[in-house]
Order: sequence, then structure tokens, then C-alpha cells
Amino acid sequence: MAKNSTTLSLRRGLVSVLGLLAFWEIGRRLHFPFLSAVPAPTEVFASLDQIVGNSKFWNDWIASFSRVLSGFALAQLIGIPVGLLMAMSRTLRYLWFPPLEILRPIPPLAWVPTSIIFWPTTELSIIFVIFLGAFFTVVLTVLGGARAIDERLIRAARSFGSKPRDIFWRIVLPATLPSIITGMAVGMGVTWEVVVAAEMIAGKSGLGYFTWASYVGGNYPQIIVGMASIGIAGYLSSGAIRVLGKQATPWQRQI
Amino acid sequence: MASMPARRALLEVKDLAKGFGFGPLRQQVLENCSFGLQSERLTVLIGPSGCGKSTLVNILAGYEAPDAGEVRLLGTPVAGPSAERLVVFQETALFPWMTTFQNVIYGPLVQRDMRRDEIEANAIVLLEHVGLKDFKDKYPSQLSGGMQRRAELARAIINNPKLMILDEPFRGLDAMTRELMQEYFLKLYEGRKQSVFFVTSEIEEAIFLADQLLIMSNRPGQIIKTIDVDLPRPRTASLLTSTEYLRYKDESLEVLHGEAVKAFAEGSKAAADFLEAYADQNR
Repeated sequence: MAKNSTTLSLRRGLVSVLGLLAFWEIGRRLHFPFLSAVPAPTEVFASLDQIVGNSKFWNDWIASFSRVLSGFALAQLIGIPVGLLMAMSRTLRYLWFPPLEILRPIPPLAWVPTSIIFWPTTELSIIFVIFLGAFFTVVLTVLGGARAIDERLIRAARSFGSKPRDIFWRIVLPATLPSIITGMAVGMGVTWEVVVAAEMIAGKSGLGYFTWASYVGGNYPQIIVGMASIGIAGYLSSGAIRVLGKQATPWQRQI
Repeated sequence: MASMPARRALLEVKDLAKGFGFGPLRQQVLENCSFGLQSERLTVLIGPSGCGKSTLVNILAGYEAPDAGEVRLLGTPVAGPSAERLVVFQETALFPWMTTFQNVIYGPLVQRDMRRDEIEANAIVLLEHVGLKDFKDKYPSQLSGGMQRRAELARAIINNPKLMILDEPFRGLDAMTRELMQEYFLKLYEGRKQSVFFVTSEIEEAIFLADQLLIMSNRPGQIIKTIDVDLPRPRTASLLTSTEYLRYKDESLEVLHGEAVKAFAEGSKAAADFLEAYADQNR
């Protein structure tokens, strides 16, 4: 049953992706208004072996990925504890919430100029902007999740003689885990948006830079390859979080 | 009743009072509420709905402080929750992220005064008693309602609390499951002879389980009658048709009826339902 539905969903996914490619190819050949300007899949595939054979292209993958991972990891490392602390302490919540809410609406890209001025290297400033992109989402999701814990569970834990550290490690943390994972998934999406844009503005490498440089250099099929690479990279990252998230919260699996 | 051996007082409750709200909206929930619980007995508290049973439970458990009066466990005043007085709640409060087994060993694990393998061996025995051994690695969401309550019983019993408090633990279960749960519970109790304070609003359940029955008045709640239930143990469902059982039932219903008449005079709708049902039964 489960196996059948996986193969079925896989087949359907494949059909819709192939359908999209076919529509695009036909659109280009028949000069559809928008699609006529875009290189067709066949043209993109034709240029692919030249691009894929170039190690510079893969270095761009690695550059973007390592930026995303560092910024994302930092956002989790700082954001999760901050969210949990704010949930557990009213003082910290009242203290930190206002500045957080003032900084949050500033789009990550608006931070690019100041962070270039502030950080010694471009690399660090890009990572910092990525960090900001994921940080606020993580803090707010974790805060919300930890505040929504069922009071009865805390009461029960307390009456069994739990010490504060037990309440934290055995109750609050696992109860917040689903929210932490949601925060990660949303944060990861933001992260890829930010890295590409930041690389276009300030980078000398990475998939965003690759795409922009292809445009500047007039290599149109390469633009499409860059875009598709970003899409695939984002998909792989959020897929990894989905898998890890499922592993980490086995109690939420279907029976 | 005369042959009852002298027992040590486990819990003493003296002149409890508790109210909620301010000014004209103030509601006195408990007033002059006094009683005692004896060791190794199953005491059942029964009373009309909304009479303050849950408030009393919260005070005994230490979640709430009374406005006046005091609760002493073996002579020591109760202050705050403790593993000595464990509560099993109306709705399940199993930790969803732990398996049945992990839930059961939670208490001893955080109390840290037993070795882990001892704790685990205890848990296995208990799970077997409540018929959940095959479900020990399932998560609460994978258990039926009745199984969840049984897991919860096991999770409380393993701590060997000086007093186990059960606040309408079988409420919300269907009639068949409820009967099954009562029998499971009796088997556990009769095998271990723990001190239990069981709160319910079902008269049949109350008499079937109880060594001693406490009947609570309407708001402000106080204990208006104590009945020793001298029915033989082990008890089985066949008891429910015996004349002694029916005598106890009549006796307690009469007290509850008196309370309902008073409550009805004060405008309680729930009391009207009770009176109607009572009239039906005695037709």
C-alpha cells in the first residue's frame, strides 16, 4: 500500500515535470509571447555538457552551499536557544521582543550595504545576511512552539518530581521539536532566496553569481542552468530537512 | 463497621476553604471541607457535578493553595506538587513524544533513586499487569483511549506514591471500556494495596471500587456523609446485582438526592436532571 502510493506519486511528479519541459520546448518553437525569448530545454541540454564539465561550475555549487549551511547553522545555533529562553523567561521575552520585532521587517538584502561595511570580508557579510534571513523565522517559530506546550504535561512532569533540567530536556525540548523543524524548513527556503540575491550584489562566486554573470556575458542557456541549479539545490536542502525532521519526531509519524 | 481495625491516618484534611473571583462575582467552591484518608484503602469521593471535586484534587495535589484550612500527609503539611501524591488526570496527559514504556519509567527516572535496570524491570511487570506489554514501544497516539488510561495508571503506580489521586480517570470512555477499566483497576489495587483517592461522579463506579465512600455537597463543597463499603474483595462485576451492593447504592443515592433537592431550589439545572433520573429509578 505504502510502496504503491510512493511509486504512484513518483510517477505523477515525473509526468508533471516532463509536461512542463514539453510545454516550454513547444512554446519556444512556436514563438509563444514570453517563451520565445527563453532558450528551449533542448538548447539548454546541448550546452549542459560544456558547463557541467567545467569545475568552476561545481565550485559555484560548493560556494553557495557552504554559505547557506554556515548561515543556516548559525541561525539555528543562536535562534533556537534565543527562542527557548524567551519562551521560558518572561523578563527575557519582554526585553528582547521589541527590538526583534523592529529588526524583523527589514528585508535581509537591505542589510547588505551595512554588513559589507561592518564585516572584514565579503564572504562573512554574505553569511551574515543569510543568517539574518533565517534567524527571525527560527526565533519566532520556536518561541511560538514552546509557548504552546500543554500545561497539563508540565504539571504531570512536575508532580513526578522532575528537576528543572528534566523539564527542559525531557519535556520542553521534545515538545518544541516539531516547531523547531518547521522553523528550519521555512528558514531554509529564505536562506536560498537570500544567498542568490546576495551573491548577485556582492559575490565573486556561487550559483547566484554564476546566473548573473551568465546574463552579463550573454550566455542565455547558462542562465537557465544557473536557475535550475538553484531550484535543485533548494529542493535538496529542504528535502534533507524533511527527512531529518521525520527521523527526529517519530511520534508524529502516521500509524 | 464495628470490626474495622484501627488504621493510621494517612491524609488529614481540615476546614478547607477555597473561592474564586472577586466582589459580587465571588464563588465559594469549598467551605469547611474536612475528612481523613486511611492507609491502604481505596476512598472514593462522589458528588454532583460542579461541586468542587476538581478544586479539591488540585489542592491535595499541591497545584493550588487553599484560602483556609490545611492538608497534612502523614503529619506534614502539603505544599506544592510531589511524587508522594500523584494525580491521574481526567484527560490523558501522557507525553506524546515518549513510547508507552518511556512514559512509564519517566517518574523513577527523574527521581533518580533506583537503578535503571530495576526501573525497567518494574515497568515491564506493570505493563504486563495492565495488558500493555505488547504495546510498550508504541506512542500514545497509537493507543486506544482505554489503553492510554491504563498506561497512565501504570505511569503513576510505578512511583509507589504514598497517595494516588485519580480525578475521574475513566470519564469519556464508552460504557464497555469503562467497565473493563474498572476491573483492571481493581485487579491492580487489590494486588498492591496502595492508598488511593478516587474521584468520580458515577455512583455505580464509586460503590464498586470503594472501601470508603465520601459524599460531597453542592457548592460550597464539604463532605456530608462517609460510608464504609464492606463488600468482599476481590470484587467482580457479579457484585453489581447483590443486595448489599444495592443497599449501599440506595443509601448514597438518598444523600445525593437530598443534595439535588437543595441545589434545585437554588436553581441548578444539573440537579433537575438528577432528580428526574432519580424519580425514574424509584418509580
